[in-house]
Amino acid sequence: VGIEAGINPTDHLITAYRIHGYTYTRGVSVKEILAELTGRKDGIAKGKGGSMHMYAKNFYGGNGIVGAQVPLGAGVALACQYQAKNEVCVTLYGDGAANQGQIFEAFNMAALWKLPCIFICENNKYGMGTSVERASASTDYYKRGDYIPGLRVDGMDVLSVREATRFAADYCRYGKGPILMELQTYRYHGHSMSDPGVSYRTRDEIQEVRGKSDPITMLKDRMISKNMASLEEIKDIDAEIRKEIEEAAQFATSDPEPPLEDLCN
Amino acid sequence: MAYLRSILRSGKNAVPAVLRREFHRTLPAAVQVTVRDAIKEALDEELERDERVFLLGEEVALFEGAYKVTRGLWKKYGDKRIIDTPITEIGFTGIAVGAAMAGLRPVVEYMSFNFSMQSVDHIINSAAKTYYMSGGLQPVSIVFRGPNGAAPGVAAQHAQCFAAWYGHVPGLKVVSPWSAEDAKGLLKSAIRDDNPVVFLENEIMYSVPFEMSEESQSKDFLIPIGKAKIERKGNHVTLVSHSHVVSRCMDAAAVLAKDGIECEVINLRTIRPMDMEAIETSVMKTKHLITVEGGWPQFGVGGEILARIMEGPGFSYLNAPAVRVTGVDIPMPYAKHLEENTLPQIKDIVFSVKKTLNV
Repeated sequence: VGIEAGINPTDHLITAYRIHGYTYTRGVSVKEILAELTGRKDGIAKGKGGSMHMYAKNFYGGNGIVGAQVPLGAGVALACQYQAKNEVCVTLYGDGAANQGQIFEAFNMAALWKLPCIFICENNKYGMGTSVERASASTDYYKRGDYIPGLRVDGMDVLSVREATRFAADYCRYGKGPILMELQTYRYHGHSMSDPGVSYRTRDEIQEVRGKSDPITMLKDRMISKNMASLEEIKDIDAEIRKEIEEAAQFATSDPEPPLEDLCN
Repeated sequence: MAYLRSILRSGKNAVPAVLRREFHRTLPAAVQVTVRDAIKEALDEELERDERVFLLGEEVALFEGAYKVTRGLWKKYGDKRIIDTPITEIGFTGIAVGAAMAGLRPVVEYMSFNFSMQSVDHIINSAAKTYYMSGGLQPVSIVFRGPNGAAPGVAAQHAQCFAAWYGHVPGLKVVSPWSAEDAKGLLKSAIRDDNPVVFLENEIMYSVPFEMSEESQSKDFLIPIGKAKIERKGNHVTLVSHSHVVSRCMDAAAVLAKDGIECEVINLRTIRPMDMEAIETSVMKTKHLITVEGGWPQFGVGGEILARIMEGPGFSYLNAPAVRVTGVDIPMPYAKHLEENTLPQIKDIVFSVKKTLNV
């Protein structure tokens, strides 16, 4: 949400497989996202892509191979530069992907050719079940770009993320080349549906983050304490959203699956 | 001898070509063009025609191409459209695919398709599968080109044929030109195609001149992807081949003709989608089929053709089992004599034909 607020809809974004939020912020309806998750014909990819492969205008997925999205994102940035429309590409990857060789290859070419690419490492402290200390010789992910300037940002604070993204986007739009941001964040659930998420960390750790640094709670408290919104207004928003999600879930479980004729279409 | 070869190679244009040359007519004549120059012409014309087309790869700009295929292009089009990359195949392939996703039309050069193995994840997972996976939302219009297969004296790591590897993948088109006309017409079609296309050239063929018809000299000359060409008509046996091995088949056909055996030589031109119709029509006439390729036998192009013949109408026309002539199932050795014997030779093709025909 913070990232999206710092760029324009005409900018571009690409990420790995934890995409449902980004698919939404890039303009796809909740209905189409949930229907894709349940493999229905009215899912955003017509049921052909699934959880990991959703696309939209200026949103390039949805990539299942760890790290692959980073050179792809640099390529989108190349296209931005080539077409001279003053657009940038936000290229996201996780702490788990950060050690991939192809990311360093992408850094090299992005810096060499001054591509308008904002590389963002979402460091949620675990690559699947492996903590950052056990995977990376250096956990200063914002420094890994070496010759590419790097920012370290509190990923749990929406406003910090927005401001940092704005700064980064301006940097790129001025033609100064790529920039790197590390967002320090956390993953509450396991890696995927088959991971309970507690064999490699404690429940206490999860509870603590939820209690002290939850982004939504933090923003809500800030808005209320600064009189930017009342508790009622927030309750109303909650109720509206709940209704929208319920309708979408209903759709996603009742919409038919794609017909067999579509197999080779 | 070279003259004779080039006549043989120009296939059915042979007789009129001889006449034209002998009488020095001043009609817009066919010209002699090497495969290398034909590829360059295709690139030049497509770069000129569509602003979105650009080239990237190692040494394509200032060095003018490791095999001089892109000579002169950087001088004409500049840094923006002819991009030298660092030696980082997976990185620059990913970048090219990303640029294609964002609407450009890149042409990626691999100094050898052997190096494309580093990039295979992007060619297959990021390019080939995307249009389908996205439910039709995200096309990837890109061409991957470069020398494939055998080259003289380069040994095992630089001589593998990837036709079967890429031919295996739905979502890719795979093209394997032989002649200069093939190279030009097919490359232009590949660049204009909205799908990812793997364009398998061959180093041995780069310097070989072919006669290019007047038609093929036009800027809109296209050869459709997915259609084979009969390079030599015959009634006794069908030889199906692609890339540099087509030359061997034509040479073998000339040798066999002296014994009264007339081979029909089919130049596949495209590996995927494969023109089975052309092969079947030919088999129904000749009743004998031999596939000839430079690649390894197991799971190769020939194996696929033979399987499809079994499954299709052509099978009941065969008078003998269809067979494959392939490269030897070993990493390419270095010593010249060993290297020569690793690829199908004229004598191997002749032997196979005679065995199939039981003569």
